Amino acid sequence: MSADYVLETRNLVKEFKGFTAVDDVNLKVERGTIHALIGPNGAGKTTVFNLLTKFLTPSRGTILYNGADITSMKSAAIARKGIVRSFQISAVFPHLSVMENVRIALQRKEGNSFHFWKSVKVLDKLNERAYELLDEVGLKDYANALTVDLPYGRKRALEIATTLALDPEMLLLDEPTQGMGHEDVSVVADLIKKVSANRTILMVEHNLHVVAQLADTITVLQRGAILTEGDYETVSQDPQVREAYMGVEADDEVAQAIAAANVAEKANAAKGGTE
Amino acid sequence: MKINKLYLFLIVVALVAPSLVYPVFLMKLLCFALFACAFNLLLGFVGLLSFGHAAFLGTGGYITGYLMLETGITPELGILAGTLGAGLLGAIYGKLAVKREGIYFAMVTLALAQLAFFFYLQAPFTGGEDGLQGVPRGALFGLIDLSDNFAMYYFVLAIFIFGFWLIHRTVHSPFGQILKAIRENEPRAVSLGYNVNDYKWVAFIISSALAGLAGSTKTLVFQLASLTDVHWHMSGEVVLMTLLGGMGTIFGPLVGAGVVVSIQNLLSGGELGNYINIIMGVIFIICVLAFRSGLVGEFQKLMKKNFN
Ligand SMILES: Nc1ncnc2c1ncn2[C@@H]1O[C@H](COP(=O)(O)OP(=O)(O)OP(=O)(O)O)[C@@H](O)[C@H]1O
Ligand SMILES: [Mg+2]
Repeated sequence: MSADYVLETRNLVKEFKGFTAVDDVNLKVERGTIHALIGPNGAGKTTVFNLLTKFLTPSRGTILYNGADITSMKSAAIARKGIVRSFQISAVFPHLSVMENVRIALQRKEGNSFHFWKSVKVLDKLNERAYELLDEVGLKDYANALTVDLPYGRKRALEIATTLALDPEMLLLDEPTQGMGHEDVSVVADLIKKVSANRTILMVEHNLHVVAQLADTITVLQRGAILTEGDYETVSQDPQVREAYMGVEADDEVAQAIAAANVAEKANAAKGGTE
Repeated sequence: MKINKLYLFLIVVALVAPSLVYPVFLMKLLCFALFACAFNLLLGFVGLLSFGHAAFLGTGGYITGYLMLETGITPELGILAGTLGAGLLGAIYGKLAVKREGIYFAMVTLALAQLAFFFYLQAPFTGGEDGLQGVPRGALFGLIDLSDNFAMYYFVLAIFIFGFWLIHRTVHSPFGQILKAIRENEPRAVSLGYNVNDYKWVAFIISSALAGLAGSTKTLVFQLASLTDVHWHMSGEVVLMTLLGGMGTIFGPLVGAGVVVSIQNLLSGGELGNYINIIMGVIFIICVLAFRSGLVGEFQKLMKKNFN
């Protein structure tokens, strides 16, 4: 039986003035998995995201979502179909309150987003759901804070809550732990794990510990092309990857990452056992 | 509650003002304040800098002026027609402009407004350089004679309050939330599934219609529609008023318009009249350098600092 793919690209190419940023990429993301896209700086990971969500137009190739060709759809329409992306730098609405951020997403399905003659109070009925979502990411106490005042880690959590408000089938996360301290990284990683239930996640991530902990499948991108693909073990053993991506420190880095992941797993299991 | 009291106070002031200050000056102020508020809806709440809003002010004025002169319809219908006409032009211009971003948006609106300027310069029914003069104010609903400045003032005040209320409502509506989201982070709004160009377009139409409303009203007040109102100077002046008062604040454009109109009035009679543009330019530079958030914005910051 063939696997069930939510998202698929066929011979996807993006050229910028003679420079090929994405080179003949055939990506297959299996339903219900967490799929990581890794690769050195400038490999084309963000560009792939931009192509998938049509923030950039592919030079060639097709994008299939649930088997249907979405290559010519517009960004907003793709989002409404169920693919919601985040951005490499945090994507919040800084001068709206935390609560309002989530409500912007919830509001879409209300169908009143063009109603300029109605009071904003008609949105109050969304508050309950917004609180639930904020609670899920640990931001309930911050509901009335101005978003710009939140620490960076919490902004990323808010971003996830906002994304979840749309109940998307598929999440594209571009470096969700970038620029975070140790603690925030593990909080966000746990959060991603939690929200991955019933969803498919494609994520770009530099932190190999997070990748080891979360990803079911890993695709390695180098200079725009897919270098290799597989689960963490396979990919990390691949000599090409070791050479190209992880460089000299590969052994250490990988060993540490796997060890850390295992320890974390065991610690979790132990915690679960004693409670 | 505090804000409600403020509104009440302002309305009382506005009601008694014409017995203290020359009504025509007050009407001029209200027209420009409405114009600036309409402009601020785009700049302050969507983050779009239109450099062609004079086109809508002028279009409203010419339509109302022409109809009042030629057809003898009542003033409220004349104003309604001017407003709708400006809104229609806004729909066309907006459709073309919202596809562009940042400085390109400003340039497209400027170019389109220049197109309107040359049209009104050449068109046979606008009176060319002279404009439409001696526009009758007519009788409101055929009943109240508006040639009386006091009657006219209260009519203008009612129009202003309506326009101001509509902008306030738009800003504080479900639609307004999306506008703010676009201003704050447009790509994110897109990624949440909003067709941001459609929202910008609707905001553009509302803004241009209200700018037209201001122009129509102004034409009745001064009984004149002229090229001054469609000139790019006018587009620049409304930017100045809004920045001076504080963009993105509800009262900022009102204050900004008040300051600019007052200065113009003070200077135009005296010896400094010839230097008006230079003086305005200096004020603009000072305001941009020193009071980034405008008079109202700075005042709000000060209040926040001292009372929180
Ligand atoms: N709009 C653009 N125009 C021209 N070149 C671009 C554009 N966007 C990206 N590139 C180039 O394409 C290449 C891939 O960039 P991309 O941002 O996709 O890399 P990345 O894998 O996300 O890197 P990072 O890990 O640093 O985020 C880079 O060389 C970049 O300079
Ligand atoms: Mg990137």
